[in-house]
Amino acid sequence: MKTIFLISLSSLARHIHIWLEELIGNPNGVYITEMTIVGISLIVFLVVLCFFLGYAERKVAAFMQIRLGPNRVGPKGSLQIIADTVKLLFKEGLTPTAADKFLFHLAPLIMVITAMLALAPIAFAKDFQIFDISIGVLYVASVSSMAVIGILMAGWSSYNKYSLLGAMRSGAQIVSYELSVGLSLISIVILTGSLRMSDIVMSQSDGWWLFKGHIPILISFVIFIIASTAEINRAPFDLTEAESELTGGFHTEYSGMKFAMFLLSEYINLFIVSAIAATLFLGGWMPLHFGHWEGFNHVMDYIPSSIWFLGKTFIIIFIIMWFRWTFPRLRVDQLLNLEWKYLLPISMVNILVVTLMAIMGWHF
Amino acid sequence: MSLMGQDVLTEDGLFMVNIGPQHPSTHGVLHLKVWLDGETIVKIQPHLGYIHRSIEKMSENLSYRNFIFATSRMDYLSAHINNEACALTVEKGLGIQATPRAKVIRIIMAELTRLASHQLWWGCTGLDLGAVTPFFYAFRDREAINGIMEETCGARLTMNYMVPGGVMYDLHPNFQKHTKDVMASIKKNLADYDNLLTGNVIFEMRTKGVGVLSKEDAISFGCTGPTARASGVSCDIRKLFPYSGYENVQFDEILATGGDCYDRYMCRMAEMRQSVNIIEQLIDTIPEGDFQEKTKAVIKLPKGEFYQRVETARGELGVYIVSDGAASPYRVKYRSPGFSNLSALSQMAQGVKIGDLVAIMATIDLVIPDIDR
Repeated sequence: MKTIFLISLSSLARHIHIWLEELIGNPNGVYITEMTIVGISLIVFLVVLCFFLGYAERKVAAFMQIRLGPNRVGPKGSLQIIADTVKLLFKEGLTPTAADKFLFHLAPLIMVITAMLALAPIAFAKDFQIFDISIGVLYVASVSSMAVIGILMAGWSSYNKYSLLGAMRSGAQIVSYELSVGLSLISIVILTGSLRMSDIVMSQSDGWWLFKGHIPILISFVIFIIASTAEINRAPFDLTEAESELTGGFHTEYSGMKFAMFLLSEYINLFIVSAIAATLFLGGWMPLHFGHWEGFNHVMDYIPSSIWFLGKTFIIIFIIMWFRWTFPRLRVDQLLNLEWKYLLPISMVNILVVTLMAIMGWHF
Repeated sequence: MSLMGQDVLTEDGLFMVNIGPQHPSTHGVLHLKVWLDGETIVKIQPHLGYIHRSIEKMSENLSYRNFIFATSRMDYLSAHINNEACALTVEKGLGIQATPRAKVIRIIMAELTRLASHQLWWGCTGLDLGAVTPFFYAFRDREAINGIMEETCGARLTMNYMVPGGVMYDLHPNFQKHTKDVMASIKKNLADYDNLLTGNVIFEMRTKGVGVLSKEDAISFGCTGPTARASGVSCDIRKLFPYSGYENVQFDEILATGGDCYDRYMCRMAEMRQSVNIIEQLIDTIPEGDFQEKTKAVIKLPKGEFYQRVETARGELGVYIVSDGAASPYRVKYRSPGFSNLSALSQMAQGVKIGDLVAIMATIDLVIPDIDR
């Protein structure tokens, strides 16, 4: 496949690498410097991303709720979220007297760190990936399920009955929905034969799995979106915070920057889930190609791969936001019924069908 | 189970949670003590008194003209209808009737109030069930009705428009046109309401078969309004004991049989359509004439007891006045719909989940100042 990139993140990365080699010379020094750059740029990226997602969510909500949304601070209200962050930074971080101080302060950190860890194997553009680990999919699934520890910790250490109820709900919820998320990820792994993110993306160079995989993959895509919405505690599965029932759920007692960290982790998780869905089902950074439409395919190749990746991710983010502002919340027993009686059996049968499909070579 | 080394369970192994007085879904300062077994509710104990302002006692020191307006602060979403109930009681005592024009104005205003109240309820029900968007659609339409109120009465929430013998001022010249426009848009928007919430699978799952109130229980707890009508109790005062000319208006009493949250929801939705229907019947035929019957500057009721009931947006409001012949009542007692409806809550919420409790509280449409007075 011959592709011409006008702006290529991978060539930028290569240039920086060559420049650093000339400057420092020592390979270990280059490696450490590069890792520092990656770390800092990742944090900057996440903060910018969360500002953007926060703004996007408000605008999407406003669009669906016949109102304008933020429109005072900055052009079209785009700086509103920065103003809010500054407000949260200056707010007093209250700690309940009876709370377990150590766990209470640790919980938001765990939430953010686990969310950030899951970003490592995501392919943002062609050859632009922090860490192309050989068990990429497994790594993301396991790291993202660690968030439940943070939630449980926050709920239990707050010394608040609402928080405790919220934490218990999230324990049941995340552990249950983890199964469906895992099974729908496995269906792609079966077809690709690899857990490595770059392999999964490359396997879609002749078409995205959503198109190549027939109905079974469509089913696992839908299940993935539903189950991961539940896993990241977003409406209609936001039972852990359920403000009309549990006031704030597990983060009732949090304020100031610690509260902002929960918000940050929510948005990072939203991005990760959408990015995984885009990578596995929608071809990651692969441009959209149609069989023999040479001209069309050529035009599509001109769009930078990072734009493809982010575009697909943001479409899925929009869908998940759309859920949030249109659906009422499920009840806790209905939530578990949905998983154990519907999603899980369907995923299990689906896995068998996908396996059969992969063995017989029925996919395109 | 223990939290930080302290046992949080009661002796019988239950988990006690205080819902309220400050809680997002009690819509006011209602305090519910809830005993939970896991997520399941075992016992509920409502605690009242956080917003008691002794309106009944205050009324004993107010004149018959003034005490009416204290009732705007009871069920503030049916302020018009509360005022009307008091005005009707005083009229009964005086043995006069409002002028024909005032009667029609009263019906239109009462139905506009009912619409606005049900719209707010609809938005809040969505909010309580976790759907935020309906709230904004409801408030858009409620805002339009408040606009009409502001034009004619000068106030948006506590209108203070009803006086003994009629209404305080004549209608604003734009009233008819404005009301007709708003009714046309509301009729269109009611379809939106259904699309947003009524047909939603999750909404039906959350409300169908939840918080069932049997017909017998509804009667024995003294429930009224849509809460009782959803259980099949015919209790629409506008039909059974018509006042203020409701006997001349065509409308249906909405009844359902299930008695669950969904039926209560559907009853109120249908009532909104009935209210629009009533307003459309009357808006073009408001009789000309005085808007107020002549009354003395200082009203004195003859010695005796007077009772009048009306249908507010929440149910039956009864006003009971004992007069000793002075210029202010000897004793006033209000029979408020919210209090009786709340008493059925612990019956309905037996053995449901916390999420259902919120749904039940939303669909019995509690207004706390009405319960406490």
